[in-house]
Amino acid sequence: MYDIFYASMIILILTVFLCLYRVLAGPGVENRLIAVNTIGTKTIVLLVLIGFIYERPIFLDIAIIYAMINFIATIAIAKYLKRGCLC
Amino acid sequence: MLTIINTLSLAFIIIGLFFMVVGAVGLVRLPDFYTRAHASGKCDTLGEGMMLIGFMLYEGFSLIAVKLLLLVLFIFISSPTAVHALVNAAHARGVVPWKKGDERR
Repeated sequence: MYDIFYASMIILILTVFLCLYRVLAGPGVENRLIAVNTIGTKTIVLLVLIGFIYERPIFLDIAIIYAMINFIATIAIAKYLKRGCLC
Repeated sequence: MLTIINTLSLAFIIIGLFFMVVGAVGLVRLPDFYTRAHASGKCDTLGEGMMLIGFMLYEGFSLIAVKLLLLVLFIFISSPTAVHALVNAAHARGVVPWKKGDERR
């Protein structure tokens, strides 16, 4: 079972590099933002995998906090793009 | 009994991994912002939920499973909302949708 965890970690890191291409080369702000959001949702699974492989359940709390910060940051940047201010 | 649950969790993890890879490939290859938002939003939500359900089945009934269930519920609500807010902002800023025959943007 641990081999599957290591293999899925490697595949997810390659997927993050695929998204990083869209961050670097994407035209405009919106493409970069949606690629960063996708990288954030992949990072949550990577944190849970680290917690399972090294047997440290504290990484699950870090994953929950990371999900909340990702959501709030995306909402704030979208509101700033739409209105021009954070009011 | 234990082997059946392990096989089931393995199937969930592999199907979730497939959906995450498909979402990333769609994010690179599709021609427009709106189609990329479509691929990213749906495939990420489904793949992440299925992978975390697979970890939950592997772990069994404990506090870790409850935390993973909370994470699945939060992702299932918040990820489509974030993508919807981004698409709404892009539409308000005047990003034109792609039609057949246009060039890639």
